[in-house]
Amino acid sequence: MSAPRDASQTADRPLPDEWSIPRIVRTMVPLLAVLSVLQLVSGTVLQTYEATLVQYPALLVLVPVQIGTAGNLASITCSRLTTQLHLGTYELSLANPELRANAGAVFALAGTVFGIVGVAAWAIGLALGGALGLERVLLVSLSSGMLLAGLVVVTSVAAVEASYRVGLNPDDTTIPVVTNVCDIAGVLILFAVVTLVV
Amino acid sequence: MPGHATARDVYRQALPVILVSLVAGLFAGTILGTETMRSFIADVPGLLLLLPAFLATRGGVYGSLGARLSTGLHQGLIEPQFQLDRRLTNAIVASFINGMSVSVFIAVVTYLWLDLLGSDGSLLELVGIMVVAGFLSAVLMISVLITVIFVGYRRGLDPDNVIGPVVTTLGDVFGVFFLLVGVVVVGGVI
Repeated sequence: MSAPRDASQTADRPLPDEWSIPRIVRTMVPLLAVLSVLQLVSGTVLQTYEATLVQYPALLVLVPVQIGTAGNLASITCSRLTTQLHLGTYELSLANPELRANAGAVFALAGTVFGIVGVAAWAIGLALGGALGLERVLLVSLSSGMLLAGLVVVTSVAAVEASYRVGLNPDDTTIPVVTNVCDIAGVLILFAVVTLVV
Repeated sequence: MPGHATARDVYRQALPVILVSLVAGLFAGTILGTETMRSFIADVPGLLLLLPAFLATRGGVYGSLGARLSTGLHQGLIEPQFQLDRRLTNAIVASFINGMSVSVFIAVVTYLWLDLLGSDGSLLELVGIMVVAGFLSAVLMISVLITVIFVGYRRGLDPDNVIGPVVTTLGDVFGVFFLLVGVVVVGGVI
C-alpha cells in the first residue's frame, strides 16, 4: 500500500530508508489497527445474526463473497475516475462518458457475480445440510448485490469528488477508505436484505 | 486508459479479477458453512466478530508486502531470487511482525468489544486462535507471494498484475481455513 506512494513522492529528494523494519512497521501497524477496528462493525452484524447464519449455511457461504466484491468494484471505479482526474478529463456530470461506462460496468459485474454466487451458495448450502430454497438465496444475493452496486457508484464518485475539492491525492487516501467502507456496507446491506427475506 | 472506454470494455477488463475473487470467496464461504465451522461459531464467542477484521488485514499486510517487492524489482533494488539480501529480509520480517501484531490486536479488541456487549469471551482463547491463524497465514502468504512474484518476474510477468488476485484468493481461502485450525489447536491445548 505505502511503497508505490512513497517511491513517487520522494523521487527527487534523498530517499529515507524505505526498507528499514521499524519504518515499515510504524507506517503499517496504525493503519491496520484502524482498519481492523472498522471491520468490527461488520463483525458485530455477523455476530448479531449468529443463530440465523448457523442455521442456514447458504447465507454463511455468501458472506466472504459479499465482503470482497464490494471492495473490488469500488477499487476499480475509484482508480478509473482517479486516472481521469490526473489526466484532467474528470468532470462530475451525467454526461461524463467514463462515469457512465463505469456505472454500467459496475451494475453488469454485480449482476454477473451475485447471480453466480446466489446459485452456488444455494447448492453448497444444500450440500452442507441447509434448507433455504433457490429463489430465496438468489433473491437475497441479487437484491443485496444490486443495492451494493448503487452504493459503490455513489460512494466512489463522492469520494473522488471530495478528495479533488480538498486537494488530497485520491490514490493515497480514497481507494483504501472507500474499499473498506464498501466492504463493511456490503455486510450491512446483506443482512438488511436477510432480515426482510429470510 | 484515458477517456472513451465503454461499459463493455470496463466489464471485460474487470471480469477476470472479479471472478478470481468470487471463486476464492466461495471456497472460503464453503469452509465457513461446514458443520465443523458452524459448531465452532456457536461454541467460541467472538469468532464471527473477528472474522471480517482478520480477513481484511490479510489483504493489507500481504498486499503491501507484494507492492513493496514489486516496486523494489522494478527499481532494480532487489534481485528476483531468494538470497539473504537486507531489503528482502527486512520486508519479510516487517510483514511478519505486522501480521502477528495485528492478529493479536484484533483478538484483544474483539475481547474488549465482547465484554462491552455483555457477552463473555475468553481472552486467552481468542489470542491463541489469532496467534495460530496469524502465524500460519504469515508463513503461507510470504512464501507463496515471494515464489509467485520472483518466478513470474523472471518469466516476464508484471508483479503488479499478479499480487492482487494472489493475495485475495489465498488470503480468503486460507484465512478461514487457518482460523478453523486455530480453534482446533487452541481447543486441544486449553
